[in-house]
Amino acid sequence: MTLLKKKIDRRSFLKVSTLAGGGMMLSFSWLAGCKPTPEEILTMPEEWFEINSYIKIGDNGVVTLFNPNPEFGSNVKTSLPMLLAEELDMDWKNVLVEQADFYPDRYDRQFTGGSQGVRSAWTPLRTAGATARLLIVNAAAQTWNIPAAEITTSAGFVEHKGSGKRAGYGEMASLAGTLEAPDPETIKLKEISDFKIIGNSKKNVDGNKVVTGKPMFAIDHKVEGMKYAAIVHPPAFGMQLKSFDKSSVTSMPGIQDAFEVKIFKDDYARNFFDTTTFPTIIAIVGNSTWEVLQAKKNIKAEWEKAPKTEFTAAGFRGGTSQVTVPAGLENSDSHKAKMAEYIQKSGNVLRKDGDPEGAFKKAAKVMERTYTAPFLAHNPMEPMNCFADVKGDKAVIYGPTQAPELIRQTIASSLGMPQENIQINLARMGGGFGRRAYSHHMTEAALISQKTQAPVKMVYTREDDMSAGVYRPTYSATYRAALDENNNLLALHVKAGGIPESPIHANRFPAGALDNYLAEGWQIESNITIGAFRAPRSNFIAGAEQSFLDELAEEMGKDPIEFRLELLKRAETNPVGENNDYDPKRYAGVLELVRDKSNWSNVPNGISRGVSAYFCHNSYVAEVVDISIKDNQPVVENVFAAVDCGIVVNPDAAANMGEGAIVDGIGNAFFGEMAFENGAPTKTNFDTYRMIRHKEAPKKIEVHFVQNNEAPTGLGEPLFPPVFAALGNSLYKATGKRLYEQPFQPKLMEMENLRM
Amino acid sequence: MAIFNLSINGQNKQVDVDPNTPMLWVLRDHLDLVGTKFGCGIAQCGACTIHFDGTATRSCQLPVSAAEGAEITTIEGISEKGDHPVQKAWLEHDVPQCGYCQAGQIMSAAALLKDNPSPSDEDIDNAMNGNICRCGTYTRIKAAIKTASQNI
Repeated sequence: MTLLKKKIDRRSFLKVSTLAGGGMMLSFSWLAGCKPTPEEILTMPEEWFEINSYIKIGDNGVVTLFNPNPEFGSNVKTSLPMLLAEELDMDWKNVLVEQADFYPDRYDRQFTGGSQGVRSAWTPLRTAGATARLLIVNAAAQTWNIPAAEITTSAGFVEHKGSGKRAGYGEMASLAGTLEAPDPETIKLKEISDFKIIGNSKKNVDGNKVVTGKPMFAIDHKVEGMKYAAIVHPPAFGMQLKSFDKSSVTSMPGIQDAFEVKIFKDDYARNFFDTTTFPTIIAIVGNSTWEVLQAKKNIKAEWEKAPKTEFTAAGFRGGTSQVTVPAGLENSDSHKAKMAEYIQKSGNVLRKDGDPEGAFKKAAKVMERTYTAPFLAHNPMEPMNCFADVKGDKAVIYGPTQAPELIRQTIASSLGMPQENIQINLARMGGGFGRRAYSHHMTEAALISQKTQAPVKMVYTREDDMSAGVYRPTYSATYRAALDENNNLLALHVKAGGIPESPIHANRFPAGALDNYLAEGWQIESNITIGAFRAPRSNFIAGAEQSFLDELAEEMGKDPIEFRLELLKRAETNPVGENNDYDPKRYAGVLELVRDKSNWSNVPNGISRGVSAYFCHNSYVAEVVDISIKDNQPVVENVFAAVDCGIVVNPDAAANMGEGAIVDGIGNAFFGEMAFENGAPTKTNFDTYRMIRHKEAPKKIEVHFVQNNEAPTGLGEPLFPPVFAALGNSLYKATGKRLYEQPFQPKLMEMENLRM
Repeated sequence: MAIFNLSINGQNKQVDVDPNTPMLWVLRDHLDLVGTKFGCGIAQCGACTIHFDGTATRSCQLPVSAAEGAEITTIEGISEKGDHPVQKAWLEHDVPQCGYCQAGQIMSAAALLKDNPSPSDEDIDNAMNGNICRCGTYTRIKAAIKTASQNI
């Protein structure tokens, strides 16, 4: 943790900027576009003292806490400062929260993804809060000439009971800011039982700005002299720009320029998040969004087939890999046919326990099922966009990104300037879901600004956004179970792959619970780019696995929850193999909780019920979905979720995110699909790409958390994967037909009398 | 380009733009009212919902030339202090996740409650079906609309 001891006066904290449309806006200098409320301005301290990178205390006791991580809706901007406030011993009412910009020398891990925000911050941020508290206590000890051990804190006040001395943190802040920080290793954190803020629901700190429409997103940003940019990318995967007629747009009203943008320098070594479908695009720059969008429609460009390309890219956890982008215009039909070949073909063995081949040979019965799912587009509601102001050898970038650290390397190379000269300011993101870990849009905006020599806001249309790739891959999984004549399970075999990656997590359940187990993976190359999508790989394999276990339980004549619990008991008491990547007891715990909360065995009249459970991102989730058929339409009546993610920092917000993940899963299970014809995405906007809407959302969702004292684990992703199978299993109960192919809606429409 | 006189949030505004410019971009680029959001550009997502003489309208499909003479209300003008019953209910239920679609959701909900102060679940589904929330806050939106309907 970096400690800063400098004073920041009110003038540097506030900045007055004139808006192009007239009027003045008072804004925080590092949070462009964020307007303090009148109360905030009134209570603004004369002087601020920076206690550490996360905490600033005003002379009047107002405390500002910084959220280090990018906010895309997972509410880290509320939950991470809660960790600081808890250990600082502040009254939550008296804190201001600000988004930190990207400062890698001040903050660790400014990244949003992998559901690791709270988990990674749990100790460091509480330590930062406790350190600040200790500095205030030490300052009071010095001021009052009293041993620090006799001083207590409460809700922003230091107190010495013996002498009756009491002071607000603000009175001690100027001295505290000059004291030597104690070694973080020696800082004592609160006992869990003493928590006052953690575990008590706090409202979203930006709620008021959201409901009043305040500018918070990069797409809302504007500065004097700013130009607007639109982009044009090739119409299909496997295509590239051949040439374009600049005069087809520059003669149009409000258009300043049109040029080719090449994203990467030739000698640049790409990093893991540099996935970019179209390394060369056309930029159109003009005076307003509408004018550049009109020009975009009018542009005359020629495209050609792209050759096969190869490059080296850094891996996610170190190392490098050789990436091959094949040539050709791909089709969903041929994707399906190629994947189906792997039902017979063997894959790479990822895990083998016991003698699965032998068990299948002596089986009385073999059950085999294949599950598939299509590519998915992330479709965050805020289309890709970015503001950039590149002047000389300095750049300011303000945009939506989950991963500022890696994209700064890319931007530095592409602009030809040192990383230190690039300031990335973190905008609130209108959704991310993994898509904005791939921040090529920031490089594009930076290059457009550099070429234009003006501040520029670049905005993708929805069509640009949806057809720019970085999709969830398409997958296929074949499960086989060997049963003896008494319906005992002898062996399980899973073989799963996709285009272009396999979804297998070979060491997860049910590995460890079966004497004979075989997991194989395979992949097929493609030029369709993919990226992390809420719970990558898990978001498919959970649905396949948990649908198969449901059908298997039925075949074996067992209750689906009981069957899973039996397997987990085996994994707990006598685990098979090594490196089993889950705790069977916690896994069983969520199944037991959801059984209890859903009143599992008492199914209400007219309800069909399905269950599913999955472990990912260090958390355990079981879900029960209840559906009914009304007017020949499946209606999701209730969803019960049981979650073990350790301590829940902000329970109501955590429930909200869980509800959202469930809605997201139901939507994608019913409707989610991106398809391709001759390399071109068949859907480019919401008229054809069907998203879940109000009518299709569950009527009720209950999210229940296991109460324990485990350190927090992932939450944004783990509720998403299990819902696919819980829904599929409930639809089976309602219709008598198993669903093996996502999305479900077309198959449901084939069923007699059903409509959606 | 042409001059248009508009009434927005009770104030008279003048813009000089191409007559086909959608109100969405007039609001965002020319009048600095950026609470109204761009989502799809084809009236399929509802992020750009405003009130056109009190009716919920997708501003991405409303040319500025059609807005003259009408009373336009945006999220910035729905209440003076952010205390419209719908806004208050949104905060009470802590609805937003990413927040991007919520201005459009609130504008649709406010228009619904103006016409129908006690909507049924079905009324809510019908009125709100044009507003996509990618974060999936639909159940909270419905609960917030019911709360707001008690206080309208």
